[in-house]
Amino acid sequence: MIYRESGQFKTSYRADQAILPIFQDKIAMILLMIFAFVVIPVIANDYWLGSILIPFLALSLAALGLNVLTGYAGQLSLGTAAFMAVGAFAAYNLQVRVPEVPFLIAFLWGGLCAAGVGILFGLPSLRIKGFYLAVATLAAQFFIEWLFTHFDWFTNYSSSGVITALPMELFGFSIDNPLSKYILVLSVVVLCAFGVRNLVRSEIGRAWMAVRDMDIAAEAIGINLMKTKLLAFAVSSFLCGISGALFAYVYLGSVEPEAFNIMRSFQILFMIVIGGLGSVSGAFLGAGFIILTPIVLNNIGVLFGGTISTDTVAHIEHMIFGALIIFFLIVEPNGLARLWQIGKEKLRLWPFPY
Amino acid sequence: MQEFWFFIEVFVGGLLSGVMYSLVALGFVLIFKASGIFNFAQGAMVLFSALTFVRLLEMGIPIFYTTVITMGVMVLLAIAIEKVVLRPLVNQDLMILFMATIGLNYFIEGMAQLIWGTHVGVLDLGIDEYAAFEIGQAYVNKFDVWAAMIAGGLVLILSLFFRYTVVGRALRAVADDHQAALSVGIPLRTIWIYVWITAGLVALVAGVVWGSKLGVQFAISTVALKAIPVLIIGGFTSVPGAIIGGLIVGCGEKLAEVYLGGYVGGAIENWFPYMLALLVLMIRPEGLFGEKIIERV
Repeated sequence: MIYRESGQFKTSYRADQAILPIFQDKIAMILLMIFAFVVIPVIANDYWLGSILIPFLALSLAALGLNVLTGYAGQLSLGTAAFMAVGAFAAYNLQVRVPEVPFLIAFLWGGLCAAGVGILFGLPSLRIKGFYLAVATLAAQFFIEWLFTHFDWFTNYSSSGVITALPMELFGFSIDNPLSKYILVLSVVVLCAFGVRNLVRSEIGRAWMAVRDMDIAAEAIGINLMKTKLLAFAVSSFLCGISGALFAYVYLGSVEPEAFNIMRSFQILFMIVIGGLGSVSGAFLGAGFIILTPIVLNNIGVLFGGTISTDTVAHIEHMIFGALIIFFLIVEPNGLARLWQIGKEKLRLWPFPY
Repeated sequence: MQEFWFFIEVFVGGLLSGVMYSLVALGFVLIFKASGIFNFAQGAMVLFSALTFVRLLEMGIPIFYTTVITMGVMVLLAIAIEKVVLRPLVNQDLMILFMATIGLNYFIEGMAQLIWGTHVGVLDLGIDEYAAFEIGQAYVNKFDVWAAMIAGGLVLILSLFFRYTVVGRALRAVADDHQAALSVGIPLRTIWIYVWITAGLVALVAGVVWGSKLGVQFAISTVALKAIPVLIIGGFTSVPGAIIGGLIVGCGEKLAEVYLGGYVGGAIENWFPYMLALLVLMIRPEGLFGEKIIERV
């Protein structure tokens, strides 16, 4: 009844191509933003901000990056965590070598470095695809993890092989408590999400989707495959790099290369598959699901606490997690974003479904 | 001369450890050949079978019965996987199937450790892991030779099975062309169950061999990651390819570690096979023995 587009006429091409074409969607988005920027800081405590919301946002950004590559451009990647690591270590190294650089510039630099590395490891995509490409990105994963572990230069010769985030300061404000960190991550992520949303409705985004759906046809209508694929790798890795820098600086604080191992890559892949391939909201929904499920399972485990050992709980968690993934793939292979869409369709017709 | 024998020693050691990778890779090849699914859960199946085997032995069950029971368990597991996970996902995108096997991987890993516990199991097949004999002046590990013989035997059995039995023939038909196989009356679903059972039994052999070398522990499930470059190099669809690929990876990584590793800080074993695979991909995307895919990217 409320969610209906009748009466909203589009009188220009601009209006037709708006990011949120329906008036109610705009309202919903504004409310969501108010909720994220104003309400959450008021109601959430430090535990929620620091241990759930910040990693959720940082990893959503990585999921968004992977979704650009896999969901929109159709190139499977298992090396997401490696690109995150590049972002984190590049940002750190720039700040250590050139202390005058503000951290936002360092983050940007981290993203750019990751984009460069992404292009390099994206080169095989010009010749191979599917699983074969996945192996190429796995090579990136193992190689980069090894590189950061075995060359002390990257960790500034720290004896433990761990990098520690430098203090962050913006316009004289020091960003050191969970609240300010949350606002920082949120701002970056919102900015990137709108950037991606914008990009995918542009010529570039359409070219990506054309390549994903059928590369030969895309080439036939004059899309430059090399440029399109490498650009997808660059944008995706850029977002992953920024996400990695955020994850390292804002969430972890001190980082070892192990934090970006292959399990992290899989985690992010799960996020986009469960959330929905080729959708911006899917990246967030998936990240929320993947972050919250273990916590919920853990809390359920605590309810039964005392009777079973933590080891057992961990294994059961593992099993339920695996089963849930399979369940989701069977029930809705297009992910949570698709369920959301179906819900919206239903809502438009409600309460008269015909 | 000393160096020459040292080279031989590293080379042979590499070949033999490569055989171990081949054992795991074989399981992947079987399933990929018959259904086009890249079964990421193969590593977890190896872990599960090895754990089942060693825990039954620890209970004091004689080795013969243990083998029979474990084989039975693997058959049941294979049937369950086919019925519960793959049947509902028939005709889905390969990417979705791949993801499902990653989920399966989590599930089986959790289940294996939940049922059988996490302590390291000692599996003693009556072969001393450290015994060695000399060829010229090079030492060769006896255990590795045994593993190589087991792998060789397994490949022989599998090729005979594929060539001379009715089921094997049907399997090859399905691998060639699903539609054509269906139209000549081969029951696709039954065949898939057979494939998963075979893969499960191969996982058992791999699990027992790896388990007696490393001790039965969680780390076994990660050998699956080593099997991926083996597959790329050998070709996803070729049984002999899995063996040759394993040999190349085993030898390549050992030689690289010994002769190059020193210059760059060591531990390059982890990524060297992948770089090798990448190189092969660039030159020959279908692998050394894989079927040629005519597809332009």
